[in-house]
Amino acid sequence: MRFAFVLGELGSGLRRNLAMVVSIILVTFISLTFVGAAGLLQLQINQMKGYWYDRVQVAVFLCVDNSTSPSCAAGPVTDDQREDIKATLESASFSEYVSTVEYESQQEALGHFQDQFANSPIVDSVTADQLPESFRVNLVDPEKYEVINEAFSSTPGVDVVSDQRELLERLFTYMNVASAIALTIAGVMLLCAVLLVATTIRLSAFSRRRETGIMRLVGASKAVIQLPFVLEGVIAAVIGGLLATVTLWAVAHFALNGVLAEMYPETAFISSSEVLLLAPLLILLGGVLAGVSSLLTLRRYLRV
Amino acid sequence: MIRFDTVTKVYDNNSRPALDAVSLEVDRGEFVFLVGASGSGKSTFIRLVLKEDRVSRGAVYVAGQNVANIPSWRVPKLRRGIGVVFQDFRLLPNKTVFANVAFAMQVIGKSRAVIRETVPDVLQTVGLEGKNNRMPHELSGGEQQRVAIARAIVNRPGILLADEPTGNLDPTTSMGIMKVLGKINSNGTTVVMATHDDDIVNTMRKRVVELRNGSVVRDDAQGIYIGETGVSAQ
Repeated sequence: MRFAFVLGELGSGLRRNLAMVVSIILVTFISLTFVGAAGLLQLQINQMKGYWYDRVQVAVFLCVDNSTSPSCAAGPVTDDQREDIKATLESASFSEYVSTVEYESQQEALGHFQDQFANSPIVDSVTADQLPESFRVNLVDPEKYEVINEAFSSTPGVDVVSDQRELLERLFTYMNVASAIALTIAGVMLLCAVLLVATTIRLSAFSRRRETGIMRLVGASKAVIQLPFVLEGVIAAVIGGLLATVTLWAVAHFALNGVLAEMYPETAFISSSEVLLLAPLLILLGGVLAGVSSLLTLRRYLRV
Repeated sequence: MIRFDTVTKVYDNNSRPALDAVSLEVDRGEFVFLVGASGSGKSTFIRLVLKEDRVSRGAVYVAGQNVANIPSWRVPKLRRGIGVVFQDFRLLPNKTVFANVAFAMQVIGKSRAVIRETVPDVLQTVGLEGKNNRMPHELSGGEQQRVAIARAIVNRPGILLADEPTGNLDPTTSMGIMKVLGKINSNGTTVVMATHDDDIVNTMRKRVVELRNGSVVRDDAQGIYIGETGVSAQ
C-alpha cells in the first residue's frame, strides 16, 4: 500500500513537473553521452594497446616474396639468414639492450591478425604467406630503438625494422586528448544536470508543500515523504542514461563498425557490444548523481 | 497525557519568550481550552507538543515521554499519536472528502481494505455521511473543518490538538464543530483546543487555561473566558 502510494505521488510529481523532468532527461542524456564517448575512446585505445603496445616494441620484419627493400633483393629470407639474425639478437653484445626475443612465424602472425581484426571484413581476404615473419624484440630501454635499427636494417634477410611504439603513441596521444575533451564537456554538463535536478526537486517540493505538510502532521515517515521526490530525479536521470546508451550503441554499431570499419579495414575497432559494458556504469552514474542531488536539496527545502 | 515542566521557548533572543516557564498537566481524556490573545503562546504550545520546535528550557512530556529524547526518526511515531486541526482546514483541494481522509492512512501504510472500512465510519462520526465524493470547494466552511477533524482522528490518536478550529466559522457552525469535538472527547481522546472565542468556552464549561504573554495566568476546572478587551463579552 505504501509502495503504491509512493508510486502514485511519483506519478503526480512527474506530471506536474513535466517540462523540468524532460530537461533533466535531456541534460543527463547529453552529459552521459559525452562520458560514454570518453569511455569508448579509452576502450578503443586499450583495444589497440592490448595487442600492440606490450608485444611490439621493435619488430624486425624478415623478407617475404613481395618485399621491396634493398636487403631483400635476394628474395625471401633463408633459414641460414634467420638463424644468423636470431643468433645476433641473442648474442652477448646485444644483451645489454635486448631483454627478450620472440619469433613470430607467418602462421602466428595470421593468428594474431585474425584475433585483432575479428570485427573487420579484411580478415577473410588475408592469408599467412602475405604476412612477414618477424622477431619481436623487447628492449631493456625502449629509447634505444636506434641501436637495433642500425644493426639490422641492412642485414640480408631483414625487410624493415620498425618501432611501432612511436607511431602508436602519437595516435594514442590524440585519442587521449579527445577523450579528455569529452570528459571535460561531460563534467560541465553533469554539473548542469546536478543543479537542474536540485532546482527541479526544489520546485516540486514547493508545489507539493501542502501534501508534505499534511504527511508530516499525520506521522508519515521521512522515507515516504522524500522518496517520491528522490525517485523523480533518479528516474529522469536513468532515462537520460538509457538514451545515452542507445546513442552510443548506435554510434559504435553504425558509425564505427559500419562506416569507419569499411573505410579503414586495417584498424581494429571496438565492437558495439562493448557499449553494453559501459551502459550500467553510465546509468548508475546518472542515477546516483540525481539521487544525491535531490536528497541534499530535500534536506534543505523539505522539513520532515 | 501532556505535561509541561517549566517550559520556556525563545524564538528570538531580542524579544520576550513565546512561553515563559510554563508548567501544565493535561490528563488522559481531558478537554482543555487554551485561551489568550494572539501572541499569548497558544500556537507555540501546540508546536512543542508535536516536536515541531525544540524547547529552550524545561521539558515537554507526551504520554510520559520527554519529546526532547525522541530521536528524529521516531518523531513520525509521536505524531501518529496526535491529531491536529487548524483554523484554515488544510485540505487537499484536488482530492475528494474520502481521499482527503484516506490520505492520512495511506501515508502511514494502512491497507486499502482497512481504509475502505474505517473512513466511512469516521466521516459518520463527524457528521459527513454521504459526502464521500464531494470536493472540498463544494463544501461549506463547517463541513470542510469536519473533514479536517475526520482526517485528524482517523488513525485514532490519543490526543487531538485544535488550533483555533472555529476561527473561520460563524457561531452556529462553530457550535456544530464543538459538538463533534465533544463527541470525540467523550470517546476517550484527550482534546486541547486553542481559541479566543469566549462564547464557545463559556458554553462548554470545560477546563480553561489562560495564557498571557507566554505565562499561565489562570487554570480553572470549569472556567469561563472573557476576552481581554471585553468586546465580545457584551
